[in-house]
Amino acid sequence: MRFTFKTDYDQDIRIVKHGGYVWSYGVLLALLALAPFVLSSYLQSQMVFVFIYAIVGVALMILTGFTGQASIGHAAFLAIGAYTAGYMQSKGIPFVVYFPLAAVLTGGIGVIVGFPALRLHGIYLVIATIAFGLIVEEVLARWESVTHGNEGMRVKALDILGWVMPRDGAAFYVLTLLTLVGVLVVALNLLRSPTGRAFIAIRDSETAAKSMGIDLAGYKVKSFAISAAITGLAGALFAHKMSFISPEMFTLLLSIEFIMVIIIGGAFGLHGAVMGAVFMVMIDPVLTELKDGLPGAAGRFFGMAGMKGAIYGLIIMMFILFEPLGLYGRWLKIKLFFQLFPLYKKATFKRQKTYVKSERNR
Amino acid sequence: MLDFIQQFVSGTALGCVYGLIALGFVLIYKATEVVNFAQGELMMVGGFFVFTFIGLLGLNYWIGFALAVLGMAAFGMVTERLIIRPILGYPQFSIVMATIGLGYFLRSLAGMIWGTDDLKIDTPFSDGVLKIGDLVLAHDKLSVIVATLILCVVLYFFFLKTRMGTAMRATSENMLAAYYMGIPVKTVVSLIWAISAAVACCAGVLLAPITFIHSNVGLALGLKAFPAAVLGGFGSIPGALVGGVIIGVLETMAGFYLAQGWKDVVPYLVLLAVLLLKPAGLFGLQLRKKV
Repeated sequence: MRFTFKTDYDQDIRIVKHGGYVWSYGVLLALLALAPFVLSSYLQSQMVFVFIYAIVGVALMILTGFTGQASIGHAAFLAIGAYTAGYMQSKGIPFVVYFPLAAVLTGGIGVIVGFPALRLHGIYLVIATIAFGLIVEEVLARWESVTHGNEGMRVKALDILGWVMPRDGAAFYVLTLLTLVGVLVVALNLLRSPTGRAFIAIRDSETAAKSMGIDLAGYKVKSFAISAAITGLAGALFAHKMSFISPEMFTLLLSIEFIMVIIIGGAFGLHGAVMGAVFMVMIDPVLTELKDGLPGAAGRFFGMAGMKGAIYGLIIMMFILFEPLGLYGRWLKIKLFFQLFPLYKKATFKRQKTYVKSERNR
Repeated sequence: MLDFIQQFVSGTALGCVYGLIALGFVLIYKATEVVNFAQGELMMVGGFFVFTFIGLLGLNYWIGFALAVLGMAAFGMVTERLIIRPILGYPQFSIVMATIGLGYFLRSLAGMIWGTDDLKIDTPFSDGVLKIGDLVLAHDKLSVIVATLILCVVLYFFFLKTRMGTAMRATSENMLAAYYMGIPVKTVVSLIWAISAAVACCAGVLLAPITFIHSNVGLALGLKAFPAAVLGGFGSIPGALVGGVIIGVLETMAGFYLAQGWKDVVPYLVLLAVLLLKPAGLFGLQLRKKV
């Protein structure tokens, strides 16, 4: 087991805790950068979806995982980002302008959603964000002058100052990868700043945070805005990846998939967002593989219509019942097991269970 | 005027279904503070049960109805035992996600077992109409309203007069105190889930002649039951029904008098308005935290 000897207070908030991380993440990044030359075009395109889901996952992690404000309406933010990109591109605005603008606009909508959300908590917030998502979906279907309604909208290939990036190309892959890395670095820095610490304080106890002088309203709105803005970025990339967007892509089910990303990954660290995204997106190829690979009845079983939904439902229940810390939690347990071998204690990660805590009297 | 009454009646019928689903939420929420996002799916499964008993096995409507309600009650108890009880006491959001996962699972499973076509059953109320002067009211819609009223009266007396009903009220007031008083809290919670699933099943059966049985019907209606429950104040049983009827009537009126698209948005706009202006709802108790 490695012990970092601390000689400086700054070491506590340093992003890279010790040199080992530089190596492991450097190698991971190098492998990911080389992936387009190795992977089949199908897998490469799945990887792009992994990155997009991971960006949304990071956004949700900031809001739900770190600030404790649940949202089942992030598909709506994704849609706003996607439609902003599509509409502005069709008006001839260049990518370098509309990409940040998608984030700014979605962030603005996030503020508008955030203000009413101040008065709500827990289950009411979940319901309100669902309602918000459904209303946005309906607006997209009806505001035909901008969104072309249910017919959907074509999005041309991405074009950075004359450099056209087709949606299946390696350049687009690298662009999404860089966006994800950028978003992760921003999130890491945010979380070690006073703002991020305030978020975590609000999550752990609103009363305690308030009595320490944290402006609850301000930070909750900030959290919504940041989360929405990051999702807006993902939305712009999503629009270019799909090359066609229509309101029925951004349903409640997509919002639930995003929440599943962070639940499956483990809603307490940014690793979780990425791991969850890998898991969620890669279910599809694995299912296809099972369908074609297994002989006879077993193959037909996995090929049944609706199998994906059933597996999603089952997985989410299983994770909450048996591994509430998600994939990243499992990874930490495995790591600790080998670090402490043979002294690993199960109780290290024991989750405290409370007798049904009433939220009614809050 | 005639149109208005016609719309009002069909809105009320739709609202009764929302109200019944919302009633299911409220029962469970009051007892355990779990919000069951799979309530709409329980209704859908109930509809499929009835289809199996009546459509496939050819049983009499009433026998099939009774069997389906009993089946769903058992189903609700099993669900509570397997999925909810182990995670009771975890953060509320985890439990919400577990019920969402359950809904996802049931929806896909129903699609895999019964197929994705619209299914239809013959009921005694399918085709008949009641004529009062120029007013024509379909029996299927009236049957929903009447059955909801009967169910309300039954539940009202159950909660007020029976021993088990009193135990249930005690549990929802304060689980720990109920436990100290010797009330078997676990059994009570199981039974509450059973009642809730049975009520959902009734909603499904009553709705079957109006909207057909389909694996996605639960999602659409289950979501619309949230505005109903919130409007009524989340912990109030009469509130859920009144809220359901108001939402149903508003939705039908919006579909009739306003431009296309409003129909689907109105319930959620009402929901957001209620949450912002009067979070306690119409019948909710505004409880203050004691320090």
